[in-house]
Amino acid sequence: MRTGMLSRIAESLFWIGRYIERADDTARILDAFLGRLLEDPWADEDGACRALLAILGTGAPGGSRLAAGDVMELLGFDQNNPSSITGALAAARENARGARETISAEMWECLNITWHALPARRKTAERLGPNLFLGFVRERAAVLAGLAESTMSRDDGWRFLILGRSLERVDMASRLLSIQALTPEHAPEWRTVLRACGADESFLRTHGGQVIPQRVAEFLLLDRLFPRSALHALTTAEECLRALAPATERAGVADAARRPIGQMRTRLEYADTATLLEELPAHLRTLQRACATASAAITARYFEQTTAVTWAHEGV
Amino acid sequence: MADVFDEYSMAEAWDEMFAAPGDPRPAYRSLFSTLQPLSGTDLRVRADQLARVFTDRGVTFAYAGEERPFPLDLIPRIISAAEWDLVTRAVRQRVIALERFLADVYGPGEVFADGVVPRRLITTSAHFAREAVGIEPANGVRVHISGVDLIRDEEGRFRVLEDNLRIPSGVSYVIENRRAMTQTLPNLFTEARVMPVDDYPARLLHALRAAAPEGITDPCVVVLTPGVYNAAYFEHALLARLMGVELVEGRDLVCSNNVVRMRTTQGERPVHVIYRRVDDDFLDPLHFRPDSVIGIPGIVNAARAGNVALANAIGNGVADDKLLYTYVPDLIRYYLHEEPLLSNVETHRLDNDDVVAHVLDKLDTFVLKPVDGAGGKGIVIGPKADEDELATVRAAITADPRGWIAQRPVALSTSPTLVDQGVAPRHIDLRPFAINDGDDVWLLPGGLTRVALPEGALVVNSSQGGGSKDTWVLADEQAPLAVRPSAAYAVDVIPYDVGIRDAGPASQMEGQQQ
Repeated sequence: MRTGMLSRIAESLFWIGRYIERADDTARILDAFLGRLLEDPWADEDGACRALLAILGTGAPGGSRLAAGDVMELLGFDQNNPSSITGALAAARENARGARETISAEMWECLNITWHALPARRKTAERLGPNLFLGFVRERAAVLAGLAESTMSRDDGWRFLILGRSLERVDMASRLLSIQALTPEHAPEWRTVLRACGADESFLRTHGGQVIPQRVAEFLLLDRLFPRSALHALTTAEECLRALAPATERAGVADAARRPIGQMRTRLEYADTATLLEELPAHLRTLQRACATASAAITARYFEQTTAVTWAHEGV
Repeated sequence: MADVFDEYSMAEAWDEMFAAPGDPRPAYRSLFSTLQPLSGTDLRVRADQLARVFTDRGVTFAYAGEERPFPLDLIPRIISAAEWDLVTRAVRQRVIALERFLADVYGPGEVFADGVVPRRLITTSAHFAREAVGIEPANGVRVHISGVDLIRDEEGRFRVLEDNLRIPSGVSYVIENRRAMTQTLPNLFTEARVMPVDDYPARLLHALRAAAPEGITDPCVVVLTPGVYNAAYFEHALLARLMGVELVEGRDLVCSNNVVRMRTTQGERPVHVIYRRVDDDFLDPLHFRPDSVIGIPGIVNAARAGNVALANAIGNGVADDKLLYTYVPDLIRYYLHEEPLLSNVETHRLDNDDVVAHVLDKLDTFVLKPVDGAGGKGIVIGPKADEDELATVRAAITADPRGWIAQRPVALSTSPTLVDQGVAPRHIDLRPFAINDGDDVWLLPGGLTRVALPEGALVVNSSQGGGSKDTWVLADEQAPLAVRPSAAYAVDVIPYDVGIRDAGPASQMEGQQQ
């Protein structure tokens, strides 16, 4: 039997999925890129930091030269920036607070413990290096994923959580590749890009130790088996949407949320791998657009809420 | 509280970091100013953190039945760009000469005919492999991977202590050390331009692929390990993982009709290049020790048939034993018509009665080494040995002078190292790793610096209480740096999607409790 669920709860689950994934991915990206900055004697720290801030949605402060510490401050610790790790984890916890009766107690506790542990982790990281903070974030994201996996029924709530996570993965994959496509003069090595997405070892096992740019782009965009590739995440998102609203129409797809996802998925699935690198900027732009369109359509269809109406007293 | 290096008392040896107390050498100045203000407690906390990183990552070795993190000292060893250039050229020279020598030994033998090296030296060597005669590597390389151990003498000159051309290990520590150091002490790296070390796996894979039998365009490369109980298993697994190739054991491979294959769920798959970390003796029970259960019967014949390449080649040990070591400067002159760029440590061959008598007479002034010992085994340091030890080694040398060499004791250079009492000088050596792909001999910038942790100790092997240090080669400051103006990064910020509620006001909800 299908019963709907509260829109508000669905929205919270969707955003828990997105924010946790954002925190996780940002932690991976920072770990890989900042680590590389330290290891590469020829790195231009200021330029690399600015590019990193831009693709991760944060404007760079003007004026003085930026260093790795500033990036950690802005993208790691800034609580008021929902695209920073701390901001994303705070937002995830706030969403969970409003959905406590739906998500399992274990999941709520996981988010809550994570949140309360952040200040201490930050202190340790400031003394002993960012890795201790970033590693903790990755670990907690994995704990939450594991708890969701083992304690949630595979109902619509689960689907919204996974939908949010998948959409954010697509978004993050395109951001990560953007740093290569948009600022080639500033691009880190492709190996670093792989590491930033937890794909390095999986890639090596698939393609061997030769890191060829086209293969990397292919792996992160088109791979059918790697769970963080854009295609894999799009496919998962599409499955969630299809399960949420099974299609009955004989032709076309009426679901405005599923359409952009499906179009993007097919576009990637049938992309010509030989010309992938040249077409990368175009792919990334459409990918970003598809994510935004889908997110808006999902919000419109499932999370619709009356905006608070302000009643005006009619003057007599 | 005293600053870190205030109490540092220099030993009777070349100190890597200090020219005089409180006066760091140029390459160390930025490190000195970063570390100096730290307190002892600060250092200790970081040292613990380093150890924890190693324990977590499984960079451990078994010691007295216990799994211990491989000791990594937090004060790095630094080599300037100019010095590294010399080391690179010297090691390359040495590796090329030894390659030529091996090709000669297992080929025409001209070096014997020309009287540079006596033939009996080879035929009496425990590592000469008759089985390897006539095996011709496809790209001519026998020493794909080598580790040439260097030390710095009292005057600060690098000298070659020994060559390792069989299965030199330790490169995994170079990779893991750097990783742990950048994670735990990022501040140290922000002021220094340190050459990265993470190119190694890609270089190694390239060299292994280049060694493939003729006609194979996409070779299947594997790493062959003796198994999980081997002391270096961690390294085998790391290299296989970083190269993205299979890590196999002898039982995973089968050899028939001179072709080596590995057993997979999809059937048997041909293998073309084997980076083997199994000793010659155990490699093929048909040719070597028949009781070996970690080898592959028939693999030597497959190599001879040219169907599989072994890296390193069989029989390389003949070129890295300690007796042949004394001939290497002559080999460099003979094959390359060059003078050796780095000298050996002064060494006596015990090949005539006068020398033997001289050495036996002054036994307590020499370091005595068995010619085919590895890992510091059997070495007697004359000045530090007691009567019993000297008597034992005297008897051994008298019985078998061919089995020993006598070296001048060199006070290995020291490097400041964090020990229980604080920062103190400890002796170190250096093992640079070289990869030969047939076109070029490439050196991993830095290599493994091993530290003898007990005070005054000169043997740096981990089996004898040795630790290691992260080894920095500074990038050449003269090299043009592509400095680009930051204004070039006019990248548009890609905005994030944010939940509507997360932007909304929470003020009204707050007032609803009674």
